Amino acid sequence: MIDFEFVKPLTVADAVKALAAEGAQALSGGQTLTPTMKQRLATPSVLVSLNGIAAMRGVSVSGGTVTVGAATTHATVAREATAYPALAALAGGIGDMAVRNRGTMGGSLANNDPAACYPSAVLGSGATVVTNTRSIAADDFFQGMFTTALEEGEIITAVSFPVPLKAAYVKFNQPASRFALTGVFVAKFADGVRVAVTGASNNGVFRWSEAEAALSASFSAAAIAGLVVPSDDMIADMHGTAAYRANLVKVLTGRAVTAA
Amino acid sequence: MTKVTMTVNGMSVSAQTEGRTLLSAFLREGLALTGTHIGCDTSQCGACVVHVDGQAVKSCAVFAQDVAGATVTTIEGMANADGSLGVIQAAFQEHHGLQCGFCTPGMVMSTAALLAINPKPTVEEIRHGLDGNICRCTGYHNIVKAVLAASGQDATAMAAE
Amino acid sequence: MPKDHGIGASVKRREDIRFLTGTGNYTDDITIHGQAYAVFVRSNVAHGRIVSVGAEAAKGMPGVLAVFTGEDFKDVGGNPAGWLIKSRNGEAMREPKRPVLAHGKVRHVGDAYAAVIAQSYNEAKTAAQAISDASVIEELPAIVDMRQALADTSNRVHDELPDNECFDWGWIEDNRAKVDEAIKSAPHVTTLNLINNRLVPNAMEPRASIGEYFPGTGDYKLTTTSQNPHLTRLLVAAFVLGIPENKLTVVAPDVGGGFGSKIYHYGEEALVLAAAKKLKRAVKWTAERSESFLTDAHGRDHVTKIELACDLEGNFIAFRTETMANVGAYLSNFATVTPTFLHGTLMAGPYKVPNVYVNVKTVFTNTAPVDAYRGAGRPEATYSLERVVDKMCRELGLDPFEVRRKNFLTPDMFPYTTPVGLAYDTGNYHATLDKAIQLGDVAGFEARRAASAAKGKLRGLGLSTWIEACGIAPSNLVGILGARVGLYDAATVRVNATGNVSVMVGAHSHGQSHETVFAQIVGAMFGIPEGSIEIVHGDTSKIPFGMGSYGSRSLAVCGQAMANACDKVIAKGKKIAAHMLEANEGEILFSDGVFSVSGTNRSKTFGEIAFSAYVPHNYPLATLEPGLEETAFYDPANFTYPAGAYICEVEVDPDTGKVDIASFTCADDFGNVMNPMVVEGQVHGGVVQGIGQALLELGVYDENGQLLTGSYMDYAMPRADDVPFVTVDHSCSTPCTHNALGVKGCGEAGAIGSPPAVVNAVLDALNRAGKKIDHIDMPLTPSRVWSAMNA
Repeated sequence: MIDFEFVKPLTVADAVKALAAEGAQALSGGQTLTPTMKQRLATPSVLVSLNGIAAMRGVSVSGGTVTVGAATTHATVAREATAYPALAALAGGIGDMAVRNRGTMGGSLANNDPAACYPSAVLGSGATVVTNTRSIAADDFFQGMFTTALEEGEIITAVSFPVPLKAAYVKFNQPASRFALTGVFVAKFADGVRVAVTGASNNGVFRWSEAEAALSASFSAAAIAGLVVPSDDMIADMHGTAAYRANLVKVLTGRAVTAA
Repeated sequence: MTKVTMTVNGMSVSAQTEGRTLLSAFLREGLALTGTHIGCDTSQCGACVVHVDGQAVKSCAVFAQDVAGATVTTIEGMANADGSLGVIQAAFQEHHGLQCGFCTPGMVMSTAALLAINPKPTVEEIRHGLDGNICRCTGYHNIVKAVLAASGQDATAMAAE
Repeated sequence: MPKDHGIGASVKRREDIRFLTGTGNYTDDITIHGQAYAVFVRSNVAHGRIVSVGAEAAKGMPGVLAVFTGEDFKDVGGNPAGWLIKSRNGEAMREPKRPVLAHGKVRHVGDAYAAVIAQSYNEAKTAAQAISDASVIEELPAIVDMRQALADTSNRVHDELPDNECFDWGWIEDNRAKVDEAIKSAPHVTTLNLINNRLVPNAMEPRASIGEYFPGTGDYKLTTTSQNPHLTRLLVAAFVLGIPENKLTVVAPDVGGGFGSKIYHYGEEALVLAAAKKLKRAVKWTAERSESFLTDAHGRDHVTKIELACDLEGNFIAFRTETMANVGAYLSNFATVTPTFLHGTLMAGPYKVPNVYVNVKTVFTNTAPVDAYRGAGRPEATYSLERVVDKMCRELGLDPFEVRRKNFLTPDMFPYTTPVGLAYDTGNYHATLDKAIQLGDVAGFEARRAASAAKGKLRGLGLSTWIEACGIAPSNLVGILGARVGLYDAATVRVNATGNVSVMVGAHSHGQSHETVFAQIVGAMFGIPEGSIEIVHGDTSKIPFGMGSYGSRSLAVCGQAMANACDKVIAKGKKIAAHMLEANEGEILFSDGVFSVSGTNRSKTFGEIAFSAYVPHNYPLATLEPGLEETAFYDPANFTYPAGAYICEVEVDPDTGKVDIASFTCADDFGNVMNPMVVEGQVHGGVVQGIGQALLELGVYDENGQLLTGSYMDYAMPRADDVPFVTVDHSCSTPCTHNALGVKGCGEAGAIGSPPAVVNAVLDALNRAGKKIDHIDMPLTPSRVWSAMNA
């Protein structure tokens, strides 16, 4: 690893200031960034830990909204987001125990790995990503693999989830990494159903609009039985063909609806 | 270089660190606590698991300066005060839950963290709870038995033998 | 109360104490005062001509002490192959030089062509990157696919060879015509094309080496992650660097698993020694996991066509195989024996088949070297046989249990010489099959299948009956077969003056529990507490000699050497006792730690004899030497032949293709068992490695020779939640007839017998569900299973 200056600000404002430095990079849980730095694929000159900012940690409930501080670990979300059980369950299935104790929601979303779990919850819930400068609707936040609406130096501070009537996330593990080979988050709101799919597409997390329409009409696995998931944009690799992933999208959507 | 102080296995310790010094290196090189092992560079094998403020973490994916001031427990701190094996360690020996021993420190630390959250886990919960620790020797059979035994359950009956 | 000591007791392991308290001593745990760090500059391309090495780029960089390139080693020896195999036409195999650092060409991704030594690891790493960036390597087309490698002789891994074939081996060539004829005239022939997937061993401890040089004496010391320190010393001394053997100590301290990958000598070991001499300070190298993926010898990687000829009742008439075996870019030490004598000689299985012929072509490719990995050749043989038998049963509508039963050798047929040259000494294959059927509750399968079906899951049952040749190896026989060294083993038993015992063994434990189990044997033989016996292994300066641990050989070969040395100690003790008790040697009895004069109450304890041996005043020196230490070298008369029957049940999710192992049952014959707890642990681990091969693991290179599965992100290791408990039994024991311990070896069994049981179970599930699927290549990933179901 190339050496760097490590700083650990206590406020968002100080973190923003630190990130303005040449070559500065934010560190959250570090479960992805640290291995990347070992490979020297990331070589920040200043590493700005967000783990000292108390205001970015914790889960709160207000009305029908669950808000998660961006530096909240997966383990904390799993334990404390009881007002949104599907979100808590998703968090409890990310990585492994030790990863969940360090990895954070903000880190995961900022990285936007196409096989990460959280993006599907955020998109599937129609959540709002709050940063130090603005609020970004989930539909605007994800812009393809490893790409988000975040500007240089912008920090996610929290994510607000409207709690649906029913929801579930079903993940099919990539057997080596335990990321999602495909994962589907289904959420039923009073005004309709959202279905977000991770792991499957070359374009990163996406909404399966045909399923949303069918499920909004009838919230049952049978409602999507007749749909066909096109495999054109699906990832094909040693772990699964494009057709296989397309199949998983449909199978897992049905299972998520049943589980919700 | 920045001086970092932590409480490791009950003792306050300090060492000079670079920004890039990982907690694993702080322990292994700075404090000569070589029981914490490095088995991969992608933070997946779990051989380096230690406890930071009571929680299991992969010490190869945490910077030492990020956990300055923390209370850290490593495999070297898991024995009883008189030096005898702790409950989990003793169960691993009793049930032959280790062979080459390389993954064992992480396995013991993850077990301790699991049992702290879930004192009587089912077999399925144990297998899920240890899915971040790779063992190439045991096939996990005797590790799961050891964890059952360490949690006061009837390992032999539950392993259906 | 179960027995807590002695032979046959599940004695708890003494080595666990240090491993459980973080006080083990693995190579990377060792820090030598003033040590420098080596980092290797490795090829990014699979095949390329080294135009220039940018060594100059590192000069003057912070901390850099030295740079080595292939040029520095071009005049020293290469790392040789341990077995000389002859082709069918009588020609010797092609054996290209395997240099310490690549020179002229790089031949696989990860092939090291330079090394930097620096004050710190990070400085060495930075300098290595600078050298890599400054080096010019003209990329050549990568040779990855074996068929293409054989077809295209213009593009060669080794320019000096005429093509990419290492050898074309027939076993037994004299059988060939008869086997061809038998197949031509057989009532039924089942043909199966299959791939035995490339595996990456993945011992959890990455390889590491520390070289030291002591200028005052000219001595060298290599501390290294080895299963086989004496072989490494021999290779470094006699072949690679020419260091006098008496000036080189090789120590393999605690080693975190091997599974074959740490048997061999690797160039990194020679480099740290050479660097230590040049710099006059210790030089340490520890592999990153990504380096382990790229450079540890891989396993398996066979492409096979097998034909089974039989009558319509399923009585076997002939087996014939054609295999292409990948050896990678260079010949690793056992690379040539693994696909030949550890594979072809097992192709009769536990069956009374009269005609067998095996053809193996080994192929150089621009991939990591391939060598023995847990089971080594025998899993490949077992997989081919047990898969084709299963396919035949399906074609002819026969019961796979009955077909095996009717073809098994029967206990009255031993000793039995197979058509592929081995002489099985003993076994009872019907007994292990019956035991597996009982423990696996085959009778209850239909009910379980119905229960699975009610949940929407497809349940299947798979069987594999296997045999292996281990206890490697009878030196005379392997010498005839091409081994360049005999494969005996050695032990010294030193009774100290105060009556405790130091036992120096040539076997090396890297998980196998020798420190505990070997002490059980010595304790039982001497009638003394096991706690007073120390098993010393892994240090060439302390141990007479040894061939290390692999091939399920530790107990059957080294253990027997140790037992023989104990017998010599007892014989010497009787001499001493006769002198002390003023009796004739022939009158001395030894039992439970006491030497006594027959028919009297006169006796001396083991401890009294030991003390006397070292502080004598009145020995008749012409006939009785002081001291009580004996060494034995033991060469087995034959291989040992463990065998067993494995039954696997799976549930397949038809919507996703995911396979779950519902149960796995093993009934093994390992001969006599010294420590059941340890033996069962070995089987658990082996079975899960086999399940890993069957369902999860695959080393994949793309067409450019880039390793796609180069980390745990893509190489799927079995995790705790991938596997079930494994039911094991070793009660159907037929002790080995040619070693006194009666032991056969158990380390590889699980990995040999399990893959076909898993695959057969999945295919059983699919076929029962009406899917006519003959075969799916391993690993049976969800995507592959689903794709086969939806083809």
